[in-house]
Parts: sequence; structure tokens; C-alpha cells
Amino acid sequence: MYTQGLDSLGKECVHTAAGDTAALEARFQGKVDADEKIEPKDWMPDAYRQTLIRQISQHAHSEIVGMLPEGNWISRAPTLRRKAVLIAKVQDEGGHGMYLYSAAETLGIEREQMLEQLLAGTAKYSSIFNYPTLTWADIGAIGWLVDGAAIMNQIPICRCSYGPYARAMVRICKEESFHQRQGFEIMLALARGTPEQQAMAQDALNRWWWPSIMMFGPSDTESRHTAQSMRWKIKRFTNDELRQKFIDITAPQAQFLGLQIPDPDLAWDESTQHFKFGQIDWSEFQAVLKGHGPCNRERLEARRSAHENGRWVREAAAAHAEKQRARAQRAA
Amino acid sequence: MSAASRSITPGPVQSAHCRYLLRLGDTSLVLGQRLAEWVGHSPALEEDLGLANLSLDLIGQARLLLSYAGELEGQGRDEDALAFLRDAPAFLNMTLAEQPNGDFGRTIVRQCLLDAWQLEVYAGLADSSDRRLASIAAKAIKETRYHFRFSSGWLVRLGDGTEESHRRVQEALNELWRFTTELFAADEVDDALAAAGVAPGLAELQPRWSARIDEVLQEATLVRPAPVPYQWHGKRGVHTEYLGHVLAEMQHLQRTYPGAQW
Repeated sequence: MYTQGLDSLGKECVHTAAGDTAALEARFQGKVDADEKIEPKDWMPDAYRQTLIRQISQHAHSEIVGMLPEGNWISRAPTLRRKAVLIAKVQDEGGHGMYLYSAAETLGIEREQMLEQLLAGTAKYSSIFNYPTLTWADIGAIGWLVDGAAIMNQIPICRCSYGPYARAMVRICKEESFHQRQGFEIMLALARGTPEQQAMAQDALNRWWWPSIMMFGPSDTESRHTAQSMRWKIKRFTNDELRQKFIDITAPQAQFLGLQIPDPDLAWDESTQHFKFGQIDWSEFQAVLKGHGPCNRERLEARRSAHENGRWVREAAAAHAEKQRARAQRAA
Repeated sequence: MSAASRSITPGPVQSAHCRYLLRLGDTSLVLGQRLAEWVGHSPALEEDLGLANLSLDLIGQARLLLSYAGELEGQGRDEDALAFLRDAPAFLNMTLAEQPNGDFGRTIVRQCLLDAWQLEVYAGLADSSDRRLASIAAKAIKETRYHFRFSSGWLVRLGDGTEESHRRVQEALNELWRFTTELFAADEVDDALAAAGVAPGLAELQPRWSARIDEVLQEATLVRPAPVPYQWHGKRGVHTEYLGHVLAEMQHLQRTYPGAQW
């Protein structure tokens, strides 16, 4: 899955250049410009480090929180094959979370700290997961649209200047493309199914379309940090470029499915060779981001209660490991 | 009248061979369904991935076993018709598999008891005169060895962990032990299959299971509960109240939209 707002820098990430730092920064930027990878032990500007920690941990959190809306349908998947594929997909997302937490750890933050930030509500995750999965078709729509948007965003990150993040993303992208195909396949089965199934598919598209295209983040005129992230080659394309690319690819797919994208302004523009689309309701995006989406509370509550309910298990594992160490010492 | 003799088996008359496959397949299916309830809610990310793995393997086993059972039955029912369109009395899983997850410790106890049982059953099926079943078992036993490593490893950690974890798993063990009698209570289906060289005799498997469990319990510093005489009869279609709820949820779409393709 994916996190939006990948270019958001925190207030603490003030770019300070003085004395020696200037030379180090010049060398750093030289490497970036030459398309060399920055590795964990290399010098890097603090703002670059903080931006990556924020971005990678948001991305990891999104994978973990993203397990919840889809996990909601595992027990009700309509066939055993669909059930197995969905479990595998949700499990992949947990795996992605794990690689990403590891990639973030190379920057000097512990997974435990990142988890605390998530549970405290101070870390962001992709707001798309604050929407509910109300029918089986939502599982198709998530794979098709949400994973489709994720791929669009993530493929450029495979060439990100930070080595561990870029490498994690190569593996993640391969799995995401399988996720996207399974989502489309679910939609196709519904679109070719009974009138009730077709209605279910259309309803899911109606609810997921706008949140999906919001996943690319604010429009370029509103996105303050795109320029810096592009200079650092953390970001390769602007939000609007990626959004346009997604819509250009997805609109014909909807047509193939016989479904109507819920945007009366959506139309092919011969002059630009792109689809035109209607106004995005950014107030909705901002509201969900601020915690007022349909499921923000439920998602965080689910993560918190898993963490709390698992505390005694983690304590037991630590206590057992300690006993084992003590026994080994006595035996030695 | 015992619970078993009151059991009803609606639908087509099934051969002992078919019923045996349903017992194995339904046990894997119901247990896999239960484990999947953990996905996204486990004590740590690693355990989330581990439990999802187990669930996935079990559902894979169920698909192979139910498809085969459907063919033997000869009524045109495939894996999905069997999984989604039978009611509780036609499910033949071991009663232990349908018991609720409870906390992580209870899930681990249930898992370890059933993994150890599946290990013996699948090992015994390696020599089955039914080559198709033998090949399903050969694949399944590799998965089950990993499952048992996972569940027994956790049972030891929890049993020999903190006071709280020890108390929790001992209570779960005491609570679930009564369902283990059924695992080795042979009836006419088991006897017929053993006589035909299709399935191992349950009486032979019991001591090996028992020794394996004792070894884990000892390392986990847990006390083996006293034998409980009452036998449960999930494998004859007489279940606890829990199964109906598992099925109501699992079968929801197939029941609501009859005949739809997904």
C-alpha cells in the first residue's frame, strides 16, 4: 500500500548550512546529482534524514494500518480461492511494513519508537485507510484503485537516492502489481456478474474513486516541499504528474469494466492527450487527515488494542529469552 | 441417547472415505478460518505474519481435501459448494478446531494440540493405499512441521515466560483439553478406513501424540490436565454452538447471493 504526503517536511527539518557542513552538503548533493545511492553510513543533511524517516515510517504505518480494512473481509471472502489470495495479500502488506521499518531503522530510529508515534496519533498514515470496506466489491476497488495508485507512486521510489529505501521498494512494487491485478480481477468478476454484483462494483467505485486520486497528495501549487524532495531525488515526479498518469491509465480500465467513474467532468482531451477531470474536494482530504474520516478512530483503536492485548505475550517472550540466557550461562 | 447417535447428516449419503476426507478438510478449513481472525490484530508484526501463514496453509489443505471429497461424493459439489453451502451438522471438523481464539495463549494451545494431531495423521497417511490422499498428506506434513514449530515454540515461551503468561496458557490448556478425546476416538469411519489401508489407526497415533505433547508441556512447565471422559462429536456433525457463528460469517456472501460467481 502507500502513504500520501510523502513530501511533507516537519518544522524541525530546517536546512542549516555553515562552515564544514557546506562542503559535506556539496559532496552529498554531488552524489545525488550523479545518481549514486546514499547509504546509511554516508554523511547526509539532517533534514534529508528526517524527511526520509518521516516518509518511510509513514509508509510503513500505512502498510500496517492498511491491513485492517482488507482484513475486515477475510472471514467473509466469497470463495476459498479468494480467501487464500486475500490472506496472502494482507500478509504481504505486513511484510512490506516490516521491510520499511527496517529501512527506516538504518536512519537511526527504532521500530518501537515509530510504533509509539503511530499509537500516540502523532505519526501519519495514508488517509485512504480511514475509509470503510462495506461490501466485497470494496476489496476489488482497493486492489484496483488504491494499489494501482500506490504502484504509480512507488515505482519512482525504486530510484530514490537513499539505497535501503530504494531496494525495499523494488520488492514491494513487484508484490503490489500482483495486488493490483487481483483487485482488477475481483472487479471484473463482479462487472460480469449479476445485476446485484454490478451494482456492488459501481457503488465501490463511487466511494473509492475520489479518495484514491487524493492519494497523490495536494496539488503542486499547494505542495510546499516538492522542490526540495526532487532535488534530493527522494521524489521524481510531482503529485499532479502522477495523479494525471493514474487517471489516464485507470479511466479506460473503468470503461472496459463497464463502470462509470463518478466525475461528470471526466473527458478525453485531444489537445493535451490526457483526461480532463473535475475539481477534487480538498476539504474532505484535509478533514480525513485531521482525524475526521469515517474510520480514523476505529483504525487507531484496533492498532492500540492489538498492542495492548499483546503486551503480556511480548513480556513473556522477553522473560523466557532471559531465562534461557541465564540457564546457558549457568551451564557454561 | 448419546449425542453421537442423535447426529443428523442431511444431504447425500456419503461413503466412509468421503466422510473421512471431510473430517480432515473441515478441520483445516475451520481452523484456518479461526486463525485468519488474528490477521492485523496479533501481539506483534512477526506473529501476524506467522499466523497468516498458518491460516493460508490450512486453507490450502482444505481446498485439496474438499475438492477430493466432492469428487468422491459424486454429487457435483466442488470445494466452494462444500465450504459455503453446507450447514453446521454437515461439517465434520474436530470440535477443537471451532473453539474461539480467546487470547493469543489460548489460540496457541489449540494450535499446538491440533498441529501435533495433524502431524501424526499426515505421517500415517504417507503410506495410504489412496495415492491421491497420500500426496496431499505429503505436502501438508511439511507445512504442519512448521506449524508445530511455531505453536510449540510459543507454548514453551508462554508457559515458561512470566507468571501471567504461565497462568493464562495453563488455564487455556485446562479449558481445551476436554476436546482432545475426540481426536483419537475411532468410530466406524475410522475403523473402515484403517481396515482398507487408507488411513492410520487412531489407536496407534494416540501414544505418539501424547508423548509429543508431554515433551512440550514439560519444557513449558505446564501440567497435563486429567483425562476428561466426555467425548465431543464434531466429526459426526454434532458441534458446539460456536461453529454456527463461524459459518454464518464465512458463508454470508454465498448465502445472500445464491448462484453468483465471484
